[in-house]
Amino acid sequence: MIAFAALLERLAFTPGRNAKIALLRRYFATTPDPDRGIGLAALTGELAFATAKPALIRELAAARTDPVLFGWSYDYVGDLAETVALMWPAAATSAAPPRLAEVVATLGGAARGDLPGIVAGWLDASDAPVRLALLKLITGGLRVGISARLAKVALAGLAAGRIEADAIEEVWHGLAPPYEALFAWIEGRGPRPDPEDAPVFRPPMLAHPLEPEDFATLDPALLHAEWKWDGIRVQLVATAGGRRLYSRGADDISAAFPEIIEAMAFRGVLDGELLVMRDGAVAPFADLQQRLNRKTVSARMLRDFPAGVRLYDLLFDGAEDLRPQPFAARRARLEAWYARVCPPRMDLSEIIDFASLDELAALRAGARAASIEGLMLKRRDAPYVPGRPRGLWWKWKRAPLTIDAVLMYAQRGHGKRSSFYSDYTFGLWRDDVLVPVGKAYSGFTDAELVWLDRWVRNHTTARFGPVREVEKSLVLEVAFDAAQLSARHKSGVALRFPRIARLRTDKPAAEADRLESLLRLVGRVSAVAG
Amino acid sequence: MTPPHPRTWLKVTPAGLWCEPGDFHIDPLRPVARAVVTHAHSDHARPGHEAVLASPATLALMRTRMGEGAGRTRQPLGWGERLRLGAVDVWLEPAGHVLGAAQVAMEYAGSRAVVSGDYKRRADPTCAGFVPIPCDVFVTEATFALPVFRHPPADAEIARLLASVLLFPERTHLVGCYSLGKCQRLIALLRAAGWDRPIWLHGAHVALCAAYEALGVPLGDLRPATAAAKADLAGAIVLAPPAAAGERWARRLADPVVCAASGWMRVRGRARQGGVELPLVISDHADWDELVATLREVAAPEVWVTHGREEALIHEAAKYGIAGHALRLLGYGEEDEAAA
Repeated sequence: MIAFAALLERLAFTPGRNAKIALLRRYFATTPDPDRGIGLAALTGELAFATAKPALIRELAAARTDPVLFGWSYDYVGDLAETVALMWPAAATSAAPPRLAEVVATLGGAARGDLPGIVAGWLDASDAPVRLALLKLITGGLRVGISARLAKVALAGLAAGRIEADAIEEVWHGLAPPYEALFAWIEGRGPRPDPEDAPVFRPPMLAHPLEPEDFATLDPALLHAEWKWDGIRVQLVATAGGRRLYSRGADDISAAFPEIIEAMAFRGVLDGELLVMRDGAVAPFADLQQRLNRKTVSARMLRDFPAGVRLYDLLFDGAEDLRPQPFAARRARLEAWYARVCPPRMDLSEIIDFASLDELAALRAGARAASIEGLMLKRRDAPYVPGRPRGLWWKWKRAPLTIDAVLMYAQRGHGKRSSFYSDYTFGLWRDDVLVPVGKAYSGFTDAELVWLDRWVRNHTTARFGPVREVEKSLVLEVAFDAAQLSARHKSGVALRFPRIARLRTDKPAAEADRLESLLRLVGRVSAVAG
Repeated sequence: MTPPHPRTWLKVTPAGLWCEPGDFHIDPLRPVARAVVTHAHSDHARPGHEAVLASPATLALMRTRMGEGAGRTRQPLGWGERLRLGAVDVWLEPAGHVLGAAQVAMEYAGSRAVVSGDYKRRADPTCAGFVPIPCDVFVTEATFALPVFRHPPADAEIARLLASVLLFPERTHLVGCYSLGKCQRLIALLRAAGWDRPIWLHGAHVALCAAYEALGVPLGDLRPATAAAKADLAGAIVLAPPAAAGERWARRLADPVVCAASGWMRVRGRARQGGVELPLVISDHADWDELVATLREVAAPEVWVTHGREEALIHEAAKYGIAGHALRLLGYGEEDEAAA
């Protein structure tokens, strides 16, 4: 548990992706089996405990601590598990802190009545970081913020270049904790684990943004075009071993979309876009968001936000791997498969007819539905290649919308940007007050960042920890892909992918856009989509 | 005749704690005729007093920090040397907080009070260790007087820092720490852990490190970070005031891992507020267990509790039959928020 607790402690404070990978790699390289595999499962959310309820922790604390001091301490710290971890009194014990595998095995077999004694014994034998990790683990509150993908990238780091993260992906969902066969394979001590019939995830093929310089190289005769829908990219896997719905990042989201799982009465692997669809019309992304990140889903949710999948590609038909075949052949197979299987809640992504790139550009410019992000261009002869290969697939996003907003707050970045104010909260006018409408931390050049940072420092009016409030006088042109009504935002509207397009030092703040104009834009766009 | 209770001769005034029969203030908050100063942190040692009595090291550090403001006349007093001021015997014993930090012991007509100033009980190679003095009234600090504050061993925290340097050899480890005391203790701990490479300093830390060395505390190879080539700072340890990480000064560093060394780092929420990537729980104050143990050790029937969380310590003291009172002295603890 010591190494695992130390890892959690560092991850909790480490914002950088590369730094997280380095920390994970060190943990996997230096922790023995089976603890590291259990740790991997805990990090990727494969281990879900709710053995101990917060009430158990309260009881233990009440038995061992002064209630008055506990109350003051809890007020100060603000988190139950952390308060107990920090104030748990030292006990005279020679016991070593439990190993992670021991904790998991013991919890699995423990009778409910024995639990308080077992946990108290562990807490006695541990120091504060281990106690915190233990309490978070057994109450199911780890929340490390590590994607499964990141863990696999770190695991691949142990293989010294012999095995890619994508290869781990293809066996991952056929494996179970403590993953000893996986570690043996990665470390060159054993064969590749055979997933057999398990419904494993296949790393998806991704597109590059279409840059102006790409145009000269494109031959319309070699290309397929499809709409790019604003949902989430998913993979549907149905084998003799089961049915799964995976996100693009290999997260198993089956439980949140039971209607899709139910509709998967076939054997194969498909690539598509998960959308909320009502009578074939695609709802805005905000509707889909209601369904995401849920462990279970209510009947009401299923009724009000019905999910469907727009199919892009067929990777496996039964057990037959179609990925080496060219896109045109796979598309033909997909159409034949769809006609044969007729899966409910699914439709085919439309292939757009076009004769020239100019015609395509006109179609792209004419698409106003909020649920369309732009176009996808795919080479007819391209096999399905995991990752982001060059020169095969392009995404040609719709020209962004823009608003002129006023900079309100700035926050320091992390890592290389830790001495720069690089996260900007901007707002629009409602009557004569500015209402924050979004946050952007990209889009500017390095030179603009230096300029912005200096401007923030010279125009600060108040400080709140790492955040500075600034004079409301700098106008930023903010580009974004779509705007949606949102009850969660103070302004009532949420922007998709906002970024700083230009610094409008020429424009007085009073002439920045008004919130009404953004709301009108949302209304108009939704109306078209509906 | 029973000795007079300290409350009759040691009083809270707007200028701070005043010993009436000796006519001196302890760590006064505003300029006074005669000040006894426990240690050189700016919330305890303020400029502009007529006469200052303190340990030799405290006087030297005050000179470094405030030059002429360190007092018109400055009288050093060695550990344990008794001095008669008015009708009061005064002497100093180490408080273990930073170099020169003293407890002020006072005896008047058979009644004894001790003002601890800030103190810690852990070993610190840069200063003399705390000496408990039995007394009738013990005046204690309470910076970390909540049972959630239990400092881990400092060498284990240094080991975490060095393990991180090993894991991220291309990055600079920037350790935010207070310039007087914490900075030099960290250096001494790093040296004890075998780190013999140069340690780079922010300008704010240079003068006090030189003062420590002049007072006989060796700190090894120290260099100003402003003089470093960018390549020197990859894999290096740089010490700076906590706020420096957000300043333009920090751009010379190689993708810094921002660390902070303070007792407050024990609580995640506090560490998060500062944008710290590697919190190190290293404090120059007594933790909860040490505060409570110290009260029991000095065996004073009564304690007066200054800055911090008085109510928790008073609550705990009552369990041991010790009467606690909160001493409302505004102004202390300001420097400690960053330094502790």
